[in-house]
Amino acid sequence: MSPRDASPFIRRDGPALEEVETYARLERTWATPPGLWGWLSSVDHKQVGRRYIVTAFVFFLLAGLLALAMRMQLAGPEQTLLTPDRYNQIFTMHGTTMMFLFAVPVMEAFAIYLVPLMVGTRAIAFPRLNAFSYWVYLAGGVMLWVAFILNVGPDVGWFSYVPLAGPQFSPGKRTDFWAQMITFTEVAALAVAVEIIVTVFKQRAPGMSLNRIPLFVWGQLVTSFMVVFAMPAVMVSSSMLIMDRLIGTHFFNPAEGGDALLWQHLFWFFGHPEVYIIFLPATGFVSSILPTFARRPIFGYTALVLALVATGFLGFGLWVHHMFVTGLPHLGNSFYTAASMAIAVPSGIQIFCWLATLWDGRPRFATPLLFVIGFIVIFVLGGLSGIMLASVPIDSQVHDTYFVVAHFHYVLIGGAVFPLFGAVYYWFPKFTGRMLSERAGAWNFGLFFVGFNLAFFPMHILGLIGMPRRVYSYPAGLGWDDLNLLATAGATILAAGVLVFLGNVWHSLKYGLVADDNPWGAATLEWATTSPPPSFNFVHIPVVTGSNPLWEEPDGLPVVGGLRVDQRELLLTSVVDAEPEVREPSPEPSIWPLLSATAVTILFIGSIFTPWAVVWGSIPLAVGLIGWFWPKSAPDTPEPVID
Amino acid sequence: MERAPRFAADLAHLPTSAHGPRATTWWGTLGFILIEATGFALAAAAYFYLMGQTETWPPGQSPPDWLWGTLQLVLMLASLWPNWWTDRVAHADDLRKVRIGLVAMSAVGLLTLVVRAFEFGALNCRWDDNAYGSMVWVLLGLHATHLITDVGDTLVLTVLMFTKHVEPRRFTDVTDNCVYWNFVVAAWVPLWALLYVVPRVV
Ligand code: HEM
Ligand SMILES: [Cu+2]
Repeated sequence: MSPRDASPFIRRDGPALEEVETYARLERTWATPPGLWGWLSSVDHKQVGRRYIVTAFVFFLLAGLLALAMRMQLAGPEQTLLTPDRYNQIFTMHGTTMMFLFAVPVMEAFAIYLVPLMVGTRAIAFPRLNAFSYWVYLAGGVMLWVAFILNVGPDVGWFSYVPLAGPQFSPGKRTDFWAQMITFTEVAALAVAVEIIVTVFKQRAPGMSLNRIPLFVWGQLVTSFMVVFAMPAVMVSSSMLIMDRLIGTHFFNPAEGGDALLWQHLFWFFGHPEVYIIFLPATGFVSSILPTFARRPIFGYTALVLALVATGFLGFGLWVHHMFVTGLPHLGNSFYTAASMAIAVPSGIQIFCWLATLWDGRPRFATPLLFVIGFIVIFVLGGLSGIMLASVPIDSQVHDTYFVVAHFHYVLIGGAVFPLFGAVYYWFPKFTGRMLSERAGAWNFGLFFVGFNLAFFPMHILGLIGMPRRVYSYPAGLGWDDLNLLATAGATILAAGVLVFLGNVWHSLKYGLVADDNPWGAATLEWATTSPPPSFNFVHIPVVTGSNPLWEEPDGLPVVGGLRVDQRELLLTSVVDAEPEVREPSPEPSIWPLLSATAVTILFIGSIFTPWAVVWGSIPLAVGLIGWFWPKSAPDTPEPVID
Repeated sequence: MERAPRFAADLAHLPTSAHGPRATTWWGTLGFILIEATGFALAAAAYFYLMGQTETWPPGQSPPDWLWGTLQLVLMLASLWPNWWTDRVAHADDLRKVRIGLVAMSAVGLLTLVVRAFEFGALNCRWDDNAYGSMVWVLLGLHATHLITDVGDTLVLTVLMFTKHVEPRRFTDVTDNCVYWNFVVAAWVPLWALLYVVPRVV
């Protein structure tokens, strides 16, 4: 203890303990140990979240390179850059990587980093599970890409339809790697969903009642529930697929009473909600960025929350619209058409509230806002082509053409990637303590917007004039040449935008303006602590008195004291009103999550080669889990009597 | 942090552990139960879907023998009582009784695993016979996985309660484990009906 420390026995924060001393003790308690070992055993949600974000962006770049390769191949008729077999692997890897290794994980990554800060707590719920989920995700992604490099990458499309993906038509291990990649990423996603739900339910700062939860957090909460109900479907179906392939079950084999459409039902029961699992967090980005840059509270908070929840429910009523051409009964089709159109209502409400916020505010057109406006424009267009596809006659015409490719890139890139880039510009100062360059940001946005529309708008027309998706080449003279060249040119411009972004990140990390706590003048709690935040997030747990706490309490937020500073301790509050209830300990760093994830990896990959891997692989896994949960020390040091 | 903080309250009086919905682990357990229940529901839906595609069900085999599955049902329903008791004494932080309850539940758990092994032997089908067989094996296997995990967890907890690591939070672990066992039993009731009753009545 330092000599100026007048109160060596005080182990809780409060007026009796000097601020500097509180900070120092919290840092001792919460800091991740230095060195490689510390790095591997970290359970700090900010470190894990950063790793998730960086890893997801690496996968985005890899999948983007594959997209460029496809566009080069298709730039003109009858090119020979890629063989048909390689092309099949490439579009499958592109779609699979973008959906499972980039889009979903990157949204979770932002939740892992931001949700605990936004609700005003010191750590995420179940931090070791969080570390575990990252390692499992990483292992699944690396496995898939190593397989691809060894020429055993999956080649049957990102949704692996049977019978093509079944044992008869896809011998070899390619599809097995796909199915196990699903298992890895879904285990990771489910773990994160549970962490987010519990963090939001139980760890909100005192006073943050349900009607004061930031919209980003609402979006992540609804998303997490969708993950809970949707992801088991793809785990069940991909496990059935791998069993059909490896141990001779017959789930999808019509000759033995199985059914190929069962795959499609199970896959799309997950696959359609998947779109909202990507999209709802993106709306959370939009609802965070807009009020800050319009400089007024969000318009229609309650309507926006209800729209989120409604989308969450409706998202599960829609899966059959991916199967209109499979010959289901007609009445059923009409129902799903109606449901597909109904989902336009909550989306419309959201767009209306956002425009009203902008209209009524005093907008400041910084880069995050530019990306949000780009999002609104593109998303409206993508929604329109989506409404067209919801109609059975149109879908029957353009099914499996480039019209569909155009549509889902409008929704996915417009609806998720644009807000995501806005979010990176917005929160980069919080993550790193440095601002990204605004000038490069404007270029980044301009190249994205122009490149994106040039690349994907022509694909609508290509689809309407008959170009099928998933073809590695096409003959000259069909009238497809110019539009394809245009699309490739657009993709190149988009790629230039990505390069500007990478340059901006690299340069700003070293030379960017140093950011203060709240560089944009925002209203939510993550801006109430330093940039980047300390290991324990907040010196004292803030008290929330409104929906825009930092605007409503310009003289600094009131806080509560009484949490231990010599041990990791969290404040738990009640679910509805966020009344303080319990001071709960939070786990220390541990190597066991990594060891357990390694055991899981051995089990999953081993099972591609022999079913017995499930049996003997479960032994190291059991050891890992017991090591994880076994208490490390004697019971906690008892609390001091005098303070 | 230049300004002096404005302290609105001192929370030092709050307890440092809690049971039930006041604890994070209770919600975490509930979250995983939701996930697994969804998995069971989807697998059951697949069973009905395949049944709807097939003329006779089961196609050419006889349904699983009554004996072991139904014994399992009785055993599990009976286990709800010691489970409830263990939960109650854990809520009261009564170490001696918790030890008794956990030992009993470990024994019950191991017994259900033995019965499960006999169940697999009495299914009257193999997983690679046809889609019906695949479905039956997967449903029973899925439930068996839950049994194994929960019994494993119970065993570890039991050992833990005889070590120096007993502290208030351990009792919360025990109550969460009891909640999870209730789920394993609750899942077995409809699954038992699906595997043993449905093929006899359609
Ligand atoms: C960055 C620029 C991108 C370009 C230039 C691009 C290009 C393409 C092209 C040309 C195809 C069609 C391949 C074919 O049918 O032959 C495709 C398919 C696909 N893309 Fe992208 N894409 C991009 C970004 C994304 C993003 C961000 C996502 C998702 C978040 C995504 C998801 C998909 C999916 C799911 C498929 C379907 C794969 C399949 O047919 O199995 N793409 N992309
Ligand atoms: Cu859909």
